[in-house]
Amino acid sequence: MALTLALILRRLGAAVLTLLLVSLVVFTISSLLPGDAAQETLGQSATPEAVAALREQLGLNQPAPERYVRWLGGLVTGDPGRSMANDLPVRELIGARLPKSLLLAGLTAAVSVPLALAIGILSAMFRGSLLDRALNVATLSMVAVPEFLVATIAVLIFAVKLRWLPSLTLIPEEATLGEMLRAYALPVMTLCFVIVAQMARMTRAAVIDQMSQPYVEMAVLKGVNPVRVALTHALPNAVGPIVNAVALSLSYLLGGAIIVETIFNYPGVASLMVDAVTSRDMPLLQACAMVFCSAYLLLVLIADVIAILANPRLRR
Amino acid sequence: MTDTAAPAAPAARPSPVRRAAGFWASLPLSGRVGLALVVFWVAAAIVGPFLAPYEVGAIVAPDVFEGSSAAHLLGSDYLGRDVLSRVLSGARYTVGLALAAAVLASTIGTALALTAAVSGRWVDEALSRLMDAMISIPSKVLALVMVAAFGSSIPLLLLIAAATYVPGAYRIGRSLAVNLNEMDYVQAARARGEGRFYLARVEVLPNMINPMLADFGLRFVFVVLLLSGLSFLGLGVQPPNADLGSLVRENTSGLGDGALAVLMPALSIATLTIGVNLLIDALPGRARRVQGEP
Repeated sequence: MALTLALILRRLGAAVLTLLLVSLVVFTISSLLPGDAAQETLGQSATPEAVAALREQLGLNQPAPERYVRWLGGLVTGDPGRSMANDLPVRELIGARLPKSLLLAGLTAAVSVPLALAIGILSAMFRGSLLDRALNVATLSMVAVPEFLVATIAVLIFAVKLRWLPSLTLIPEEATLGEMLRAYALPVMTLCFVIVAQMARMTRAAVIDQMSQPYVEMAVLKGVNPVRVALTHALPNAVGPIVNAVALSLSYLLGGAIIVETIFNYPGVASLMVDAVTSRDMPLLQACAMVFCSAYLLLVLIADVIAILANPRLRR
Repeated sequence: MTDTAAPAAPAARPSPVRRAAGFWASLPLSGRVGLALVVFWVAAAIVGPFLAPYEVGAIVAPDVFEGSSAAHLLGSDYLGRDVLSRVLSGARYTVGLALAAAVLASTIGTALALTAAVSGRWVDEALSRLMDAMISIPSKVLALVMVAAFGSSIPLLLLIAAATYVPGAYRIGRSLAVNLNEMDYVQAARARGEGRFYLARVEVLPNMINPMLADFGLRFVFVVLLLSGLSFLGLGVQPPNADLGSLVRENTSGLGDGALAVLMPALSIATLTIGVNLLIDALPGRARRVQGEP
């Protein structure tokens, strides 16, 4: 037990170290700005005094390493600076949007994970069959379709032609369950489309990897029925790789959300980030990027821990 | 002696046409569909603009968002421009940019991977840590940060897309190169005193080309999706130039009527990326696609 705990703590340490490196990469890229942020904000007609004052206010006079440390300190203590575009604390802006993004991600995960696992395990069980090959081509194609095509076609069918669902996600303050479902149906459907395909493919690969192990051959040879082989022999051993697959696919959700939130005008962190890019609002952009990277690392970490707990061999 | 004349050379190697035919015959149906789609889009990118019936920017149709007609096969767009001509020109931007960026990403990734494999532990460790950190930034997020910092002119977009996918190519390349580096023949070459550059170029690289080519195909798909996504958000290729993603964006107002102007560019991207995916999946000895988008 102590060994397991030590291992998990080591993974946690590695994740924190990676996050630190990520912050360095994000900061470096965003401060390599060819122009000057102060000049950029005020425009060409600004007086030199005004530019100098803003530069002072933004702390651009200090050397880059010092600015990095100050920014990092702000991130850790929960104060990542002020937004340049609308002069509000970045924390407030993100704080208002984060629960909405988490809700969207949670709903998508709740729909996509069971569906993908079912598809992946089914096609692994009937490997080589017509069903498996059809699913292979279908998922392979779905992975390659851009989110905006899925979204456009979904809007065309369900909002324009059939008029079942709204094309923009407007969430009323006091919504009944039915209204909520209707509002979320299109974005969740779009996000699920690509993620389910990816997750199903990776799940299939993980289960098939186990099915080619000697112990499975043994079970088959002694006459256990194929469904039982897949579900009670191979599946428990495939939990680690499957959880990994789920985490990686869900992290794809982070990128997908950028397009989907923008299309459906959904007030989440991803659309906030796109706005920050458009207005070149660096403090806001940096903070949003860090939110996404932390989410990714957290997912990978959780998958790692579950894999360790599920597979005693990893604990050594 | 006269009977030492070399045997006829062509017997050793079948003609390119026969080899192409053999390759075609070796592919399953899905692979043939994929190959046909890829060939179609590459051809469209190369010769398409010459075949375009109208000037790309010219307003030629009497009405906006027209349907298909003899004069305008794919109808007209939101300004009354010919959609077919615009899709053909957009395909050149999409395919050309993505091809260049994917070549750049794969080449740099492979070169760094070789460097890491044959250099000492510290170089390997430092490079791998940095690349791991870059991989932990979701690719669209990384690209958005770079677009905000540097802008989105076409050369910059190319570099941004390449930089976004170098870490993924590096990770695949490094795991290949590190394994190859332990092979007996590489050890033998090292023991007889060959330099690092020789080891990387002559002993390791030739054996990692095939999996890296399959990986290159995947990276091409990622770049197409990334760039058209950026263009769709209005942060990619800027007007008056337009790639397929920009075409979808500028015509979204026609979605309500189910206009061809918005559907055709979107379908073009999908058929291109699906084609590449189907082709790679059908290649013999392809790199297993276990991981998703790195």
